Amino acid sequence: MKLLVCISKTPDTTSKIAFTNGNSEFDTTGIQYIMNPYDEWYALVRAIELKEAAGGSVTVINVGPATNDQTIRKALAIGADDAIRVNAEPKSSMFVAKQIAEQAKAGGYDMVFLGKETIDYNGSEIGAMVAEYLDQPYISYATKLEATGNQATVERDIEGGIETVNLSTPFVLSAAKGLAEQRIPNLRGIMMAIRKPMNVVEPVGANDPAVTVSFELPPAKTGVKLVDPENMGELVRLLKEEAKII
Amino acid sequence: MVLVYAESPGGQLKKAAFEAITYGKKVADLLGVDCAAITLGTNVADAGQLGKYGASKVYNIGSANLDGFDSQLYTKAIADAAGQLGATTVILSHTSTGKSLCGRLAVRMDAGSVSGASGLPTNDGSFKVTKGVFSGKAVATYEINTENKVISLMGNALKPEDTGAEVGVDALGIEVGASALTTAQSKQSGEMVPLPEAELVVSAGRGLKGPENWGMIEELAGILGATTACSRPVADTGWRPHHEHVGQTGVAIRPNLYIAIAISGAIQHLAGVNSSKVIVVINKDPEAPFFKAADYGVVGDAFEVVPRLIEAFKSST
Ligand SMILES: Cc1cc2nc3c(=O)[nH]c(=O)nc-3n(C[C@H](O)[C@H](O)[C@H](O)COP(=O)(O)OP(=O)(O)OC[C@H]3O[C@@H](n4cnc5c(N)ncnc54)[C@H](O)[C@@H]3O)c2cc1C
Repeated sequence: MKLLVCISKTPDTTSKIAFTNGNSEFDTTGIQYIMNPYDEWYALVRAIELKEAAGGSVTVINVGPATNDQTIRKALAIGADDAIRVNAEPKSSMFVAKQIAEQAKAGGYDMVFLGKETIDYNGSEIGAMVAEYLDQPYISYATKLEATGNQATVERDIEGGIETVNLSTPFVLSAAKGLAEQRIPNLRGIMMAIRKPMNVVEPVGANDPAVTVSFELPPAKTGVKLVDPENMGELVRLLKEEAKII
Repeated sequence: MVLVYAESPGGQLKKAAFEAITYGKKVADLLGVDCAAITLGTNVADAGQLGKYGASKVYNIGSANLDGFDSQLYTKAIADAAGQLGATTVILSHTSTGKSLCGRLAVRMDAGSVSGASGLPTNDGSFKVTKGVFSGKAVATYEINTENKVISLMGNALKPEDTGAEVGVDALGIEVGASALTTAQSKQSGEMVPLPEAELVVSAGRGLKGPENWGMIEELAGILGATTACSRPVADTGWRPHHEHVGQTGVAIRPNLYIAIAISGAIQHLAGVNSSKVIVVINKDPEAPFFKAADYGVVGDAFEVVPRLIEAFKSST
């Protein structure tokens, strides 16, 4: 099985979010970066598991500048075989999707994996875009994937339930919790990653049809109103009469 | 024209469909155009109701091939309908279905897209719309610079507004191919409203010590008609099912009321819940970080406070 996994780099979950340049840009000062958890924990690990079981290869792809190489090396240390970095500073989901689709077309993969969304822009769009560029089925929010030969069964989260989908390769899939368990790279993996091939390619032309122009922090809470733990009648009253929420 | 795709799994219009049409109508008013709705599949019940919420026309593509969800077929059907009707803006719901469609449709329609929009657009020469980013820690304004636009609307972002009259439903003659997928569905959350749609949520954390103590959480949720949720370690240890895990790496929610019981309020937990309108925190530790994000707080032992709260709700109704 020839598998492609899209990985992105996101600010660590504990990052303090701030903006600069008249609130038009994310302030990267002091930000630690991680691999987007859904890409790392679920998409990448499940792809590696499939390869381990059935043979084949796992390629990871990232669209970004050279400073992303560290994140890509981590994916190689976890067990991907090789990597593609499209050398660009992306401004929109459409741009990223176009780059991934070009590489996916050229590589002829059986499955393209990505996380269900990134934890920074929470777009959840790139998988769908790549699938449309490739004219392939797209299964989002996959929590389970079994594949033999060119046949696959996928379970995905839907509101209040689970959907089971049977389909044949090739397809695009976005990964959610349940698909796999996080793997910590071991020393051998880290050593091997240094020698694994990383191909840097230049981007193809693409548009940025939707871009961020400004940011805002949500209004801070005005302060908590403490209610006597002995008097829950008072809390009920506040929720009804003051907050008017029930 | 603004075209709103109204989701109707199993033939029943979703609550999200009424939110989307209400939003679509406002977008149409802003652009000075008409708003229409489209439903997909056979036997969609009461689609004419969408007229009350702002659709001047309701269309249906009544192909049985659209009765199960396939993002490829749905994308083609909606894009073809938009082409035939002359719609340049398409509104979707930011659901498991809408998330599979938004980017696809944008590519197919050569459109700029914003997924998970939380606010109404503005149009002062450039078309802008807001959405939550960094898992609810900030709000970003996006500019869409293309003629065609696709927006998926976050759940609970606005209230459906019933102001108009029911309209008739017109069949739209659009060819739909056969799906390459076979799909089946099973229910999971029983009678509760699914978390992403829930207006009231009762959530509990590791402080409850074990799954055997969730009886009072379920009882409280039952009285309120709320949906239950939990923190990540609670789902990771299998005390509660995965689909209840809320936060940065779980489900992101924005209910009207979020009651957090014995949850410390770690930054990753807050990220997925801090768009809730009102937050109540019950925690025995007065220093728990969650109190900083709360509207109402109770410092006390959950095993004493929650039963009292249940009684108080019971006697207030
Ligand atoms: C990359 C990453 C992603 C993460 N994503 C998420 C996420 O999506 N969602 C999430 O929830 N977490 C997430 N976490 C984990 C998060 O950091 C916290 O560890 C977690 O939220 C803590 O869960 P908790 O509050 O239930 O447990 P604890 O932190 O153990 O807190 C238990 C709380 O219960 C209180 N308590 C104990 N006994 C009682 C009692 N009898 N009555 C009242 N109060 C009591 C305690 O005072 C304490 O505040 C993530 C972590 C990382 C590193």
